[in-house]
Amino acid sequence: MDLSKKTVWAWRRDNGRVGIRNYVAILPLDDISNAACEAVAAHIQGTIALPHAYGRLQFGEDLELHFRTMIGTGANANVAACIVIGIEPGWTQKVVDGVAETGKPVAGFSIEGNGDIATVAAASRKAKEFVHWASEKVRVECPLTDIWIAAKCGESDTTTGLASCPTVGNMYDKLVPLGLYGCFGETSELTGAEHLCAARAVSPEIADKFMKTWSAYQNDVIEAHKTSDLSDSQPTKGNIAGGLTTIEEKALGNLEKIGKSVKFIDVLEPAEAPGRGAGLYFMDTSSAAAECCTLQAAAGYVLHIFPTGQGNVIGNPIMPVVKVTGNPKTARLMSEHIDVDVSGVVRRELTIDQAGDVLIDMIVRTANGRSTAAEALGHREFVMTKLYRSA
Amino acid sequence: MTAPHLLVHAHEDNVGVVVVEGLTAGTNMLCVVTEDNSDFHAAANQDVPIGHKIALKNLAVGDTVIKYGQDIGRVVAPIKMGDHVHTHNLKTKRW
Repeated sequence: MDLSKKTVWAWRRDNGRVGIRNYVAILPLDDISNAACEAVAAHIQGTIALPHAYGRLQFGEDLELHFRTMIGTGANANVAACIVIGIEPGWTQKVVDGVAETGKPVAGFSIEGNGDIATVAAASRKAKEFVHWASEKVRVECPLTDIWIAAKCGESDTTTGLASCPTVGNMYDKLVPLGLYGCFGETSELTGAEHLCAARAVSPEIADKFMKTWSAYQNDVIEAHKTSDLSDSQPTKGNIAGGLTTIEEKALGNLEKIGKSVKFIDVLEPAEAPGRGAGLYFMDTSSAAAECCTLQAAAGYVLHIFPTGQGNVIGNPIMPVVKVTGNPKTARLMSEHIDVDVSGVVRRELTIDQAGDVLIDMIVRTANGRSTAAEALGHREFVMTKLYRSA
Repeated sequence: MTAPHLLVHAHEDNVGVVVVEGLTAGTNMLCVVTEDNSDFHAAANQDVPIGHKIALKNLAVGDTVIKYGQDIGRVVAPIKMGDHVHTHNLKTKRW
């Protein structure tokens, strides 16, 4: 198949970006606005609320990350239009203004002085307008490589490094040279493979930027807070049950998902949008699935490929998550969670090259509208990364 | 190709990964090295679950376990060729 000519049917937004879903998002600025957002979403069909736990009394770098994640989520091309509800108008408007830069319809509502009921009524009326508007937008033919695709693995085991991660890597090796935006992260989970990862940077400057980011996570997060050798956390109990013994072993399997030849062209802050054009990016993230996916969606990625060994069930509310497993036991026992079964790789019935093509076919089908397992099962994990305690 | 019992990433590795369910002690395993599809046979000393590792040579305390051609940690209890390798005899060198 000539991948350079492969197309999908998707929504091209006013800013040129391509979305594969068409949500009207109801976005709470803060934790105490979740109830109003959920009420609007319950009232107006075709909208989706994105409740989360934070947004009050944050400051400094942590507050900047909060706004970057909020604005990036509203700006994601899978979101056609967006309602923002916050307790007060100032910060609410800041998110509205950020999302408005995409050119999409966005409106903000604040609760203080109005109460939940009046706010929900006003926001519902506007949300209904947005639903009518969004539902008349039609899919157009777009190059496959206009779909920004992120990856992260979870509940990994040894089959992750043998089959599912190399499958994702094969996809990146094929599509990134054709103009795809890719993204991987999981800073702490590269420990033991950091030297191999640094060698995959496009230049010595980017390799140095990666090593500084990785070292900072080691020193400021792991070393500063650890009370043991992390043998219950990284690897996780699930990883260990699946046969992974050490962080080094887990990291080497993890890194398989950036393929054999593609280089990464920049190191992104959490939720930072890629700024150097098409290519593969590393993002500084936690290795926890929902946190990492939420940050990648906020950076603009519209599709996620998630290799799993023992069967992580993660989804995301605005970014479809495609599950890939190379573990035949997981493919059998947790089949409802698996979109792409590449367990043929460990039986030597399927080559990595063939598995990569199977994944690309599922990417096309998902972009064209096929519901992922996580979407069908209602997985909508939206988890903000918080850097430290609030003021 | 017959389905292998054990996959090994690289020739320099001293462990391989069980890729079949219900592997029992004494099985004469078909082992395949994924980097070039070469194969060999080895015996498993214990019942080992799918996904878990088996040693391809004898290893002493302090030795380095190699997988993907890379260091994945240190041996903390003696290991015989064919033994199950996991948290009871292998530890990280980090953290």
